[in-house]
Amino acid sequence: MAGAAATPPGVSEAVFADALNRFAGVVGAENVYSEEEDVALYRDAYSPLWDEREEKLASAAVAPASAEEVQAVARIANELRIPLYPVSTGRNLGYGGSAPVLSGSVVLDLKRMNRILDISERDATVLVEPGVSYFDLYRHIVDNGLKLWIDCPDPGWGSVIGNAMDRGGGVTTGAYRDHFGSHCGMEVVLADGDIIRTGMGAMPGANTWQQNRYGYGPWVDGIFSQSNYGIVTKMGFWLMPAPDAYLSGTIAAHRHQDVIPLIDVMNRLENIGAFTGYPQVGSPVLFQAGAGAAPEELEAQARASGQPVWTCRLQFYGGRKVNEAQWEYCQEQFAAAIPGATFQRGEEYDLPLTPEQAEALGTEKVSFGIPNLGRFSIGARSEFNDMPTSGHVWFSPILPRTGEGLLAAQKVLFEAAEQLKPYNLSVLPMPFANWQRTFIFLINFPIYRDKDANRQTREAFRKLVKICAENGLGEYRTAPAFMNDVGDTYSFNDHALRRFHERLKDAVDPNGILSAGRYGVWPRHLRT
Amino acid sequence: MRYALICLSAFAVCGAALAQGADYAPPPMSPIQPAVDPASLSDPAQRRGHEVFGKWCSACHGDAPGMPGTQALEAKYGGQIPALVEERADLTPELVEFYVRNGISVMPHFRKTEISDADLDDLSAYLTRDR
Repeated sequence: MAGAAATPPGVSEAVFADALNRFAGVVGAENVYSEEEDVALYRDAYSPLWDEREEKLASAAVAPASAEEVQAVARIANELRIPLYPVSTGRNLGYGGSAPVLSGSVVLDLKRMNRILDISERDATVLVEPGVSYFDLYRHIVDNGLKLWIDCPDPGWGSVIGNAMDRGGGVTTGAYRDHFGSHCGMEVVLADGDIIRTGMGAMPGANTWQQNRYGYGPWVDGIFSQSNYGIVTKMGFWLMPAPDAYLSGTIAAHRHQDVIPLIDVMNRLENIGAFTGYPQVGSPVLFQAGAGAAPEELEAQARASGQPVWTCRLQFYGGRKVNEAQWEYCQEQFAAAIPGATFQRGEEYDLPLTPEQAEALGTEKVSFGIPNLGRFSIGARSEFNDMPTSGHVWFSPILPRTGEGLLAAQKVLFEAAEQLKPYNLSVLPMPFANWQRTFIFLINFPIYRDKDANRQTREAFRKLVKICAENGLGEYRTAPAFMNDVGDTYSFNDHALRRFHERLKDAVDPNGILSAGRYGVWPRHLRT
Repeated sequence: MRYALICLSAFAVCGAALAQGADYAPPPMSPIQPAVDPASLSDPAQRRGHEVFGKWCSACHGDAPGMPGTQALEAKYGGQIPALVEERADLTPELVEFYVRNGISVMPHFRKTEISDADLDDLSAYLTRDR
């Protein structure tokens, strides 16, 4: 199968050729990709539709180097009705990569816009372009010896802007783990080529663009995330001042029902700032007993193996004495709420880490704001896996951050796995607390260069979307193949939110040229 | 693999930063030391290729614990050939280009805005250099 679409839907070859010529006039011919072998590089390497008729393919790609070039490209596309699909670094693997949602779109590849425009240790802020990756930002901080931390997702080659726009999450302190929530100020090119700055960026001469995110009047930043209303060309972020010391500690709870006070206390302590890092709830015996084990089985397994039923690992960033006092206070609080709880002091470091301390951390480097790619060992060949995959898609529903909510959501997933047994789903859902007020599950669906296997995966994924939605569990983000399916589940008042999204779409992008279909929002001429 | 050597080199890196007067030194990204010393490369293309490798490849194919690419090749070849691609003597420019532009398993392909054709030539020069 070809790795590129011929032309955008509804666009003649002559108009398409004219568009590509005019794009070349803006960005240079060397930055317009229309040969099939080049366009094929925009395929989603982890596509669950790989080599099938429905695979989402670009028709061309254009790579501007500045916001002015983005404006010029948008004006041409808007005039000629050429669908554009902006990507920042295109490394959104597991959620779509660099491939468009609408086949035939021209990918607007922003990787060349890779400048760190301003970074302030004093203010702990940064202003970047979309092509800046977490690796790039970290290297800049290291090269300049800045006392700043970044909060990065597991794979470090993603775009700081792109991940925030997809509302990704990280693993340091609550305020920074929410990557969209930690942004401050945007510059956005609209479909007609106009350009806006949000918050204090709207006031010429203000030097508070990265300090105050709201400015004056309606705050519009949110509508540009997980959407297709504009092309973000600059974005500011708040960074964490580098702490002086790190400490971790783990609470062990030995009865199944302890999960309820365990999570309640954890929530209260995080929300009053008594611990400052990413909390991790686990259950060593659940992994051993397997999906769906009854509470009594888990407790028996725990007694037999000398392990707790539940664990909660806390992390502290600050100064040595502060960390110490916080850990002591946290222990008191858990001990008062959970009879028989036991405590294990964990790693302790003076910061910054030495290079060899950092090296030894493996994928845990992200807890210290150090980007890496270690997590790609998921699915890769190793001494433990002789059946490597060709990638994965993530199933990532949002669930309540309570013990009852966790147990109920696990029950839904266990029963779904049973119901979907023919698909051989491997489901052992543990909660992740990337966002401070909810948990998510992250369930990996492997992808292969095998159409039958991928078809089965898609069927199982769609069934799981429905089963979870029937139980109030909705995905926070998904791959393009499933964007309509997930969008359908956010259906309050006969899909009133989607209808509102569509009204916005028609108003800000009346020709529907930007990222058609992204997150289930389609322009008028492509709505069914 | 040479973890002991890496740790010794790391002290050297840290010491150099302090000697230059930097009062704060965040740890560099892993792997902290490339498998090959660029000073040993006389050809400019190979030196540029070494930089390309450091930017795009070493986070998976580096000489450090937990590198997915290095682990995968170790498991695939069982030590018959080096798991570190920088130490392989059997690579050809065609092979390097194939994997960069097609990927394999969980390694994705790379676009030309990431690794340009010129970067790829340099990378090939580095990975197929005479040893």
